[in-house]
Amino acid sequence: MKKGKMSKTIRRALRDTFPIFAGYLVLGIGFGVMLAKAGFGTYWAAIMSCTMYAGSMQYVAVDLLANAVTVGSAVLMTFLVNIRHVFYGVSLIDKYRYAGWRKLYLMFALTDETYSLVSTVEVPEDVDKNNYYFFVSLFDQLYWICGCCIGALMGNLVPFNSAGIEYAMTALFVCIFADQWLSAGGKKLLCGKHISAIVGFGATLVSLIVCNVLGFEYFLIPAMVIILVALILLRPVLDRKEEDYAE
Amino acid sequence: MPSNVTAPHTLLLIAVIAIISFILRAAPFILFRGGHTPAIVRYLGRVMPPAVIGMLVVYCFSSIDFTDWRAFVPALIAALIVILLHIWKKNSLLSIGAGTVAYMLLIQFVFKG
Repeated sequence: MKKGKMSKTIRRALRDTFPIFAGYLVLGIGFGVMLAKAGFGTYWAAIMSCTMYAGSMQYVAVDLLANAVTVGSAVLMTFLVNIRHVFYGVSLIDKYRYAGWRKLYLMFALTDETYSLVSTVEVPEDVDKNNYYFFVSLFDQLYWICGCCIGALMGNLVPFNSAGIEYAMTALFVCIFADQWLSAGGKKLLCGKHISAIVGFGATLVSLIVCNVLGFEYFLIPAMVIILVALILLRPVLDRKEEDYAE
Repeated sequence: MPSNVTAPHTLLLIAVIAIISFILRAAPFILFRGGHTPAIVRYLGRVMPPAVIGMLVVYCFSSIDFTDWRAFVPALIAALIVILLHIWKKNSLLSIGAGTVAYMLLIQFVFKG
């Protein structure tokens, strides 16, 4: 019986991570090609995707490594690009509470894409939740490592015009956004369940525009503050909506 | 490897980036590891996911130069392709792959500067 549950969990994790497989393969290839074009061998792509395992940060890191920046600038840059990950953990404290030995890896492997799946998925009764989260995280990283290494090999061996391949990351999030929008609304194109998505999109857009005008580069920080404040203020409205979800 | 770069320094930078990334991801779990998570934090955890995805969409577009129509028109067309394909087929591989390829073709052949 126990073995049956395990294989069910693995199958389910494979099925649910398929969109991420697609996104990570394209995105990883994009990163690998960029790294190779910057002059780094394929093994650097392997080292980075095993240890950092951070989509957009690895893209930024290509620049940092190629310019051999100081440790101080690397710390600051990582902090600014990845500070959003603090948000993710907050949503998953309860989900990951009983993960036991898996927790260290779950925290390490909490990327944008893994978060977007784990935070919204409904795990079926006959699947072990903690193992499911673990396999989702593990498979995602394996896809990512494969993509990065394939890309680095391509970039080092095959000459082709890769301009624009970094758009894979944009396409991935637009796709996830569209997917969440459609499933939150059911048949409705716009309803109360879209408030949170609108807050996130709107606040970041406003912050981007204002920061551009003021010449302040790190618009994600004010955006996150606005999102936090707006969601706290909207609590009376959104908490009722959440009860509607629960039936 | 580029000529201005050494392997030890590269390894050091990779280690620094990896450690900071891990600390940021682990912080909330360590901060709230006690038995009970405050209600407000649990509420935020519940309503934040769609907001964060919305934020990431804008973040992805932020590197595009919106003062140059040759830069942003292809990005918007490709995003529209992703959305329409996804409404139609609901197949992520197709939506992401087609959107990326469309963008590459647009900037390399149609909107080249």
